[in-house]
Amino acid sequence: MQALTNRLKLVNRKPMTFVEKLYLWNILKGMAITFRHIFKRKATINYPEQKRTFSPVFRGLQVLNRDEEGKERCTACGLCAVACPAEAITMEAAERSSNETHLYREEKFAARFEINMLRCIFCGLCEEACPKNAIYLSQTFAPSNYSRKGFIYKKDDLLIPHPKENPDAYAKALGERKKITN
Amino acid sequence: MAEQKQILKVTIDNISVEVEQGTTVLQAARKIGGDVAPPAMCYYSKLNGSGGKCRTCLVEIAAGSSADPRPMPKLVASCRTPVMDGMVVKNITSEKVIDARNGVVEFLLINHPLDCPVCDQAGECDLQDLSFNHGKASTRFEFERRTFEKEDVGPNIQLHMNRCILCYRCTYVADQLTNERVHGVLDRGDHSEISTYISKAIDNDFSGNMIDVCPVGALTDKTFRFKNRVWFTKPVDAHRDCEKCCGKVTLWRRGRDVLRVTARKDEWNEVQSFEGNTGWICNECRFDKKHIGDWEYDGETNIKRHSVIAQGKYPWLVMPKEILPDVMGGRDPKLMMDIHDVSEVNDPIIDLSKIKGPSTSKTFNK
Repeated sequence: MQALTNRLKLVNRKPMTFVEKLYLWNILKGMAITFRHIFKRKATINYPEQKRTFSPVFRGLQVLNRDEEGKERCTACGLCAVACPAEAITMEAAERSSNETHLYREEKFAARFEINMLRCIFCGLCEEACPKNAIYLSQTFAPSNYSRKGFIYKKDDLLIPHPKENPDAYAKALGERKKITN
Repeated sequence: MAEQKQILKVTIDNISVEVEQGTTVLQAARKIGGDVAPPAMCYYSKLNGSGGKCRTCLVEIAAGSSADPRPMPKLVASCRTPVMDGMVVKNITSEKVIDARNGVVEFLLINHPLDCPVCDQAGECDLQDLSFNHGKASTRFEFERRTFEKEDVGPNIQLHMNRCILCYRCTYVADQLTNERVHGVLDRGDHSEISTYISKAIDNDFSGNMIDVCPVGALTDKTFRFKNRVWFTKPVDAHRDCEKCCGKVTLWRRGRDVLRVTARKDEWNEVQSFEGNTGWICNECRFDKKHIGDWEYDGETNIKRHSVIAQGKYPWLVMPKEILPDVMGGRDPKLMMDIHDVSEVNDPIIDLSKIKGPSTSKTFNK
């Protein structure tokens, strides 16, 4: 049979010598490798005291965006839900009444908006599908929780802080993302 | 007529078809079917006199007839051009046609707002399909689009004049289906708009059919307004005994809630015919019968596989048998989660099908 690679190595089946039979030499060799790693740079960090910086393209928790005046951008068009391969997003729409024009940008808005973070695979297709730049994936990840209920993210959990009432939190939530102007 | 109708032979995109005299090129193309049929925004085979307005069905006539095989100098609207014997038509095989159609779509979209995320027609909109296939991804139009306030045409129909492409189909419905026409087109040219005369309510029994014929989202069902996106609802065919109409409808359901009732559509997105009669439905069936018990189930609606409405629906799948009660000695498992414990969406307490108009924040903040 023809070999698939040229890296073929024949197994050495010679009987062991006396030194080899003691195993001591091989143990010392192994321990040397182990102790060498003590002085090397650690691969882990002490989370959550220390946190790594994420790459700019990291896809974490979803955020429902507002415009500069603090109106919700989402119109419950359902494109994120239809794009979602895990079917994690559900929503219910309602019509904006005349006294709610300062809350919502368009005449339809998402009265209910839920993302099941247990289902979400953070693929970012919802962000790509959104025609209103209303949803984006931030650079944080979903914290752990004890119950299932804590993973069903409702609108209160997802909405970005109000840019006028709480500008610091808004800027923090926006992160390194450029402001969307339109 | 004692005289038998002459059979004519036409060739459309190199496919020959034999049709009766008096057939239009569009109908002949539809007889072949598939991609050969030109798209139509204003022509509606069930409405007399429709067509000739939108110009999306333009085709090239490469040879007029066998008697006079000269090509026609300009592209013609296929919905208004009768076939001649030996006519050679080019639709998708002609570059001129594709180019002209792209231009027509650009014209149609000049005043059309980009509010598909809000519009209830999205997902089953003819203009959406047309611009997806032929449109540019951007606009060259630099001026203000014409805008109108939304208007109530009767208690159950919402008119968004912004979205109207002036196909006149709805006025033909009013003319031909209802006894007296109370709405029509006001003004001329760029100013023309569909309106009821002095906002007179349309209370005719068949006025709701103008929702079905509207190719865009200009006329939408107010009882379905913002309730759900069409592709999240499940269409099923159903019927009931109705004195006024055929009673054969499509129910658009979410779970057991009937969110919307429409007439059954055929492959050209027109209302289906039953035994030669067009299956228009009356307003009672359309707007008032939103309970599942009002209807008798006829089977699942056939949806084109490439339509967005087909997403998430797997009619060929067989539900596996629920084995848990068998293993548990007849009782249901106690630890099964009720989704409504953790989720607020689709709350069984809020029955959207019972709300007449669109839901508001009050509906959800009870």
